[in-house]
Amino acid sequence: MNVGLEHYLTVSALLFALGLTGVLIRRNLLIMYMSIELMLNAANLAFVAMSRFTNNLNGQVMVFFIITVAAAEVAVGLALIVALYRKRQTAHVEDLTSMKL
Amino acid sequence: MIENLSAWILFLPLIAAAVITLFTRRSPSVSAYISIAAIAISFLLTLGLFFRLGNETALTVPAIKWLSVGNLNVEIGFLVDRLSVLMLLVVTGVGLMIHVYSYGYMHGDKAFSRFFASLSLFTFSMLGIVFATNFFQMFIFWELVGLSSYLLIGYWFEKPSAADACKKAFLTNRIGDFGFLLGIIIIWSLLGSVQFSELQNAITQNKAALGALATVAGVLIFMGAMGKSAQFPLHVWLPDAMEGPTPVSALIHAATMVAAGVYMLVRVFFLYTATPAWPEALSFMEGVTALEIIAWIGGITSLLAALIAVQQNDIKRILAYSTLSQLGYMIMSVGLDGKTAAMYHLTTHAFFKALLFLGAGSVIHAMHHEQDIWQMGALRKRMPRTFWTFLFGTLALAGVWPLSGFYSKDEVFVAAIDGNPVLFGIAVLVALLTTFYMFRLFFVVFYAPEKSEGASHAHESPTVMTGPLIVLAIPTVIAGFFGINHYLSRGDANAHGEHHGFVDLLIGPFGHAPLAAIMGLAAVIFGFAAAYGLYYRAKQDPLPNMMRPVARSMRNRFYFDELYAALINLTHEALAKIATGIDRWIVGGALVKGVQGTTELFGRGLRLAQTGNLQTYAFIFVIGLAVLLFVFFRP
Repeated sequence: MNVGLEHYLTVSALLFALGLTGVLIRRNLLIMYMSIELMLNAANLAFVAMSRFTNNLNGQVMVFFIITVAAAEVAVGLALIVALYRKRQTAHVEDLTSMKL
Repeated sequence: MIENLSAWILFLPLIAAAVITLFTRRSPSVSAYISIAAIAISFLLTLGLFFRLGNETALTVPAIKWLSVGNLNVEIGFLVDRLSVLMLLVVTGVGLMIHVYSYGYMHGDKAFSRFFASLSLFTFSMLGIVFATNFFQMFIFWELVGLSSYLLIGYWFEKPSAADACKKAFLTNRIGDFGFLLGIIIIWSLLGSVQFSELQNAITQNKAALGALATVAGVLIFMGAMGKSAQFPLHVWLPDAMEGPTPVSALIHAATMVAAGVYMLVRVFFLYTATPAWPEALSFMEGVTALEIIAWIGGITSLLAALIAVQQNDIKRILAYSTLSQLGYMIMSVGLDGKTAAMYHLTTHAFFKALLFLGAGSVIHAMHHEQDIWQMGALRKRMPRTFWTFLFGTLALAGVWPLSGFYSKDEVFVAAIDGNPVLFGIAVLVALLTTFYMFRLFFVVFYAPEKSEGASHAHESPTVMTGPLIVLAIPTVIAGFFGINHYLSRGDANAHGEHHGFVDLLIGPFGHAPLAAIMGLAAVIFGFAAAYGLYYRAKQDPLPNMMRPVARSMRNRFYFDELYAALINLTHEALAKIATGIDRWIVGGALVKGVQGTTELFGRGLRLAQTGNLQTYAFIFVIGLAVLLFVFFRP
């Protein structure tokens, strides 16, 4: 079986859908956060695949940037979640509705 | 040369008013002297103008350019002809006497300077009307006269009745002036000029120059006179105007201002020579001319006012209704094509009515501002000079031969006989009533036993007040001997050039129109007999017991004030209801509440979208993204 661009993109799409589903249905903030990372990596996979199959390195460079930014984002995001947990003693989105009037 | 001084006649009183207002407010006597001096010089200059005019009919005096807009040129001109010179003499002559009298009457009043400033302003405005060469100038001064009348009626503005009276006078005049202005605009738009001389030429050349609007324009112009000369149905303000100081009543509300309407009608009489015509919308009025309307309104006013005067008890109100009635005579006379008679009666009336008012003022002064005639009595002995001058005034007003009032009233009668027999009947009846109510007043005040403490302690007024009375009594007696009517009509094209000797003038009325003269005298005799029988030595009014309902409605002025008040209330109520409906339902409801309601509705709807649930937001976000992707990358 010859693995082509379609296969990679299909995997990427599945990963993205999986992440999205996680964001939409899981209530725990940490799990939602991991799902978001999953969606990010689905995009990375699509980039790399495209780069490989079109012989253009731009996509791979882009992926490096995304990984770097994602690392920084994880640091900030996890810090926020920890701060929120300390304040509210919970990490469930249903309990975090104080913005509602 | 003297004609070039016309401007000074006009502007001296204005200068006096300005000087008093700006500089001498705090020194009452100086203010009075300035005001009296201004009108005295005006009077002397007018005399000069009179002699300069001599046998000529008109003089040309350079006008002052005032306003020029497009093809409308308005100037402050000086119309000097016999009509205006006669009126100037009346205004400045009677005015001078009243200024002098006021110095005594108003002595010690706390706003003495303001009084004289207003009086001078009034003189200026009145002279402006007399000098007017065009409709705009006349209208400007017309309004100024209304303003000074307002100021003087409300002179004692701290008294609520005076404050109400001046408002009433001003507002009632507004109605008339509105018609006047509309009339001026119609004439200006049709003939393209406001200059009297040009208008007269235009109408003389082409009787149909005003087309279908001729009668409407005439009636609208007459509305101005109706307001200013207090003709029915706008007569209600004049009796209330008696709240002003008595000299003001004498000058403005008897001798001069209220006569302005008559003067104006005589001045623009050429308008009524145009072919009568009504626009199509008013074709049911076809056949009624403006002059007929004027004559009938004058007749109705004179009868109505005379009837009311019979049952009034306030000395000034009796005289006020008498003024209304005499003004009705003049207006009627104009309407019956007797403009000379109208001006004649205006002149003599100015003398004797000013005299009567000043005499009444003297009585009121002596009675310490008591105005009810049933509180007076037996003043004949205590106030001899007032008594004698008042007697002459009464006789002249009643029309007793050979006093001035007889001659001028006779002219009015002659005009009525020629014009309309019904109106002649009314005029004779009014003459009878006039004699009756004047002698009622006269007997009750001067002959009947005194009825109050005040009357028994009354004493004669100072010379500064009785002097003008005596001076005014002279023309009251002799003004009929000069043939003022001939003086006026000699200027006309259809004048009969005969020369009149003194004796001819004296008994003339019996010669050329015996019916009018005899009916007039008969009315006087019957009126006098009735008044003598009822009121000579009367302690109280016997009339109310004899004919209760009639007397009561006379006393209540035929309920005109109540009628108007009810009418105005009704209209106000209706307008207020409409206005409040618009405010409540359209402005407050549809606009304010509508905008607010819509905003709130949207707000409430949008609020539903804000669940506060993170995953709902995320879901909506994803759906939105999917929709966008579908739209942009649709295959």
